[in-house]
Amino acid sequence: MTEIYNFGVDAISCHAWNRDRTEVAICPNNNEIQVHRRTSSGWKLLETMEEHDMAVMGIDWSPKTNRIVTCSADKNAYVWTQKEDGKWDPAWVLLRINRAATCVKWSPLENKFAVGSGGRVIAICYFASENNWWLCKHIKRPLRSTVTTVDWHPDNKVLVAGSTDYKVRVFSAFISDIDDAPGTTPWGQSNTLGTLLAEFPNTPNGGGWIHSVAFSPCGNKICWVAHNSSICVADATKGNAVMRLYTEHLPFLSCVWIGSNNIVAAGHSCMPMLYSIDDNGQIYFASKLDNTQKKEIAGLSAMRKFQSLDRQARNETNDNALDSMHQNTINCIRRVSDHEFSTSSLDGQLVVWDLKVICVLCVILLLIIMIYSNLSFFFFIKLLENSIAGLKIV
Amino acid sequence: MFRHRIQNWEHLWASNGDEMQTNTPQYALNLFNLIPLDTKKHSWNSLEFSDTRPKSLMLKSGTLKPYLTAVRRTLTAAMCLENFSSQIVEKHNKPEVEVRASKELLLTPILISRNDKEKVLIESSINSMRISIAVKQADDLEKILCHNFTRFMTMRAEHFMILRRKPIEGFDISFLITNIHVEQMYKHKIVDFVIHFMEEIDREISEMKLSVNARARICAEEFLKRF
Repeated sequence: MTEIYNFGVDAISCHAWNRDRTEVAICPNNNEIQVHRRTSSGWKLLETMEEHDMAVMGIDWSPKTNRIVTCSADKNAYVWTQKEDGKWDPAWVLLRINRAATCVKWSPLENKFAVGSGGRVIAICYFASENNWWLCKHIKRPLRSTVTTVDWHPDNKVLVAGSTDYKVRVFSAFISDIDDAPGTTPWGQSNTLGTLLAEFPNTPNGGGWIHSVAFSPCGNKICWVAHNSSICVADATKGNAVMRLYTEHLPFLSCVWIGSNNIVAAGHSCMPMLYSIDDNGQIYFASKLDNTQKKEIAGLSAMRKFQSLDRQARNETNDNALDSMHQNTINCIRRVSDHEFSTSSLDGQLVVWDLKVICVLCVILLLIIMIYSNLSFFFFIKLLENSIAGLKIV
Repeated sequence: MFRHRIQNWEHLWASNGDEMQTNTPQYALNLFNLIPLDTKKHSWNSLEFSDTRPKSLMLKSGTLKPYLTAVRRTLTAAMCLENFSSQIVEKHNKPEVEVRASKELLLTPILISRNDKEKVLIESSINSMRISIAVKQADDLEKILCHNFTRFMTMRAEHFMILRRKPIEGFDISFLITNIHVEQMYKHKIVDFVIHFMEEIDREISEMKLSVNARARICAEEFLKRF
């Protein structure tokens, strides 16, 4: 149901897949980028790309044109193209930013990409064929703090950005040099670069850094996760109405859409969670995807248990490992296929999750639990609903 | 159910301002969601949203367990740190809780106090957090012991990794935890360490006090034998 991969690195800060998911580019939380290929005997390191001077903050791999774009805290971004011998060749991007680049994303047509920066600016980069280099144009206003995350609308002309000034903003990213005609989306008309189409504060009172934003596959909804452990969805077809759900988990760092009504979010609590949207647009918790069982420690004595409870205010007695697959913060989620996604975490693991199998197993597991432990009927139905909600996606 | 509790808490928050009294550790649960700055009084537009005065949580019953529970919950929530490059100085990556240059990157500090002597101040930011502990000091001897004990530790701060060389004013010892520590170590183990430290320092000091007293008695006896 889940496949766990280890690449022999201590931490993975971000990862990206190629088109057919046979290769993955990971950043081991330093200035390197490693490309690994899946072989029958495990993962094989193809190449280590060392062009950045400081920690790589974002990687994105364009599926159609097979290019990798990376950005780093050293203020640079590189577009990597593959040569005939399979080696990757960097092309420097003229970003013109004066603080760290924090995030990067290819547009759906792959003719431009967006780079968010700590200099309160978003650079929309495109290839100037007459000069044979990557140029960019800036969106500056009204950003008030570091841009932490960006995502593209499927129509290639609208961009959403989240930042540490507690706001999510939708911009027009229309570049007259390469885009043919201004597009119209439910978010508004995009005909000049940097037009602010919508702005959402994370909470009505402000507060909470935005960690990740994502457009739904249709492009009409935006989902974002923020530091106050909330998950929010804004819908353009309903007059930019925002639905918020405050969760009891630690803050999420990343979110992706799986289908048009389901969101997977993961972060500091080290477990991916599935949230769904009902017909009224309300977000609800669907299921916890990590069903790793609690590890029992050998030689557990009642005295130790009470001591731990009494003196350290701690319930669990197992000392080291967490009861989850990932042992440290999950900071990157990528979609792998319609029902699969991958998560990478700071403990150096990359896990591919299959929602289809997980949900079927959940239902089976619940049936077994019900039979053996005589759970109350209501509770069971509630759990079953959650699992079936997960099943609906696939 | 949980949402209900959060709303309750927000209500408390708004109504009685700074001081909140409780004798149940239940409230500490909700600190999770309230650590992020979310005040009605201050808005981002007025550029003074970051209330630098700590929100205070005073435990009514001075017992140890609710106190430690509150500290543990708050630490767990405050330790959600990530890599964040400075937006003031290029190519720098500094703990924001120390630099304090960008107000929007700081969270409202939380002061948890067991009584007026024993308290913990937890300040957090996007990539670092600071825990300052005030140790109980009943008399002059305990004050001297505590001072020497913390001095011994801070002089060896590089071996302790998370120890801050100088405590925050008004506190005896401070820890500075950055995103690098959280990446390299288990987060829950760092929390355990701090809790363990808080227990041990009290015990250590009272033991030292006993041995100093015993020693003083023996010395005095030996000395007075001459007369």
